[in-house]
Amino acid sequence: MVELALPKNSQINEGKVWPKPAGATNLREYRVYRWNPDDGKNPRIDTYYIDIDDCGPMVLDGLLYIKNKIDPTLTLRRSCREGICGSCAMNIDGTNTLACTKGMDEIKGSVKIYPLPHMPVVKDLVPDLTNFYAQHRSIEPWLKTVSPTPAKEWRQSHEDRQKLDGLYECILCACCSTSCPSYWWNGDRYLGPAVLLQAYRWLIDSRDEATGERLDNLEDPFRLYRCHTIMNCAQACPKGLNPAKAIGEIKKMLVERRF
Amino acid sequence: MDMRTPLGKVRGLGSAKEGTDHFWRQRLTAVANLPLLIFFVFFVARYAGAPHAEVVAALSNPFVAVIMAFVVTSALVHMRIGMQVIIEDYVHAEGAKIALLMLNTFFAIAIGGLCLFAILKIAFAG
Repeated sequence: MVELALPKNSQINEGKVWPKPAGATNLREYRVYRWNPDDGKNPRIDTYYIDIDDCGPMVLDGLLYIKNKIDPTLTLRRSCREGICGSCAMNIDGTNTLACTKGMDEIKGSVKIYPLPHMPVVKDLVPDLTNFYAQHRSIEPWLKTVSPTPAKEWRQSHEDRQKLDGLYECILCACCSTSCPSYWWNGDRYLGPAVLLQAYRWLIDSRDEATGERLDNLEDPFRLYRCHTIMNCAQACPKGLNPAKAIGEIKKMLVERRF
Repeated sequence: MDMRTPLGKVRGLGSAKEGTDHFWRQRLTAVANLPLLIFFVFFVARYAGAPHAEVVAALSNPFVAVIMAFVVTSALVHMRIGMQVIIEDYVHAEGAKIALLMLNTFFAIAIGGLCLFAILKIAFAG
């Protein structure tokens, strides 16, 4: 749904300014979105100061510094700290990206951090991705075959395997989908760039035998055709992938099977 | 309280199994509009401020009249399906959406009817 202003209970207030760490000479300012579902208050922006001589170089290091040394109530998801799990996706300095692969030195001024845009918030920087995961489930992201299963494995030529490059690397962090205005307005029906890139990964897999059914399920004004090639997805992807191109390829396949 | 499963909600009413026609027609009319609108712009620039009789004479030329009819048809088809996308993007109340989609079609047909009538009238009756 189009919402040009935040609802009253989502409007963001200025929050607490936490004390600077004692004895630190090199400080970095973090301004972090905070919201607690239990206190009935509006979201707020808390200001923290990080001793960068006592902290790693990445934005995630700073967040963990805050959680460990300043404010243990700060809530965020993180796991692998090397851009492979996709847990720490958040809006940093105005762009959706992974906190663990974004260097503090890439940001001018204070480090501003919000949860992924236009998703329901569970707490602080943790968005509710239930719908996103259900959409991924809906494209049936697994090999579908009817031929008898071979004794060893489904074989694939080198050329066909190469078609999966630029697709298989997707870690489903949701940075792209939550950067897409079409997904903001119609996320209940539009599958969004991440899920459509995953759908294309199975459409183009030479071993899969359900290509036609997969296309049938995508051929829909909302599921697929809400993509208006805005390209925020390609801009945001922390893995350097291009979901907009994958969506374009799906549209081409749908045209191709008509003529 | 909505107790449907997330997957149930996502699957919803299922795929409409259409949209490719809309996509194709949008591309088709976009390609057609390129030369047609270049012609239209040149025509308007050439005859801007010209005497009435001269413009009528130019529009009475069969080639010009037919191309003008193409301009109107292609541009209006393109306009209608473009507007449809905007309505679907931004209007979510079912009733308002259906009403606007109908008005969008009626508007395009009304404009098209008037323009084609005007072109034919000038072409045949001056």
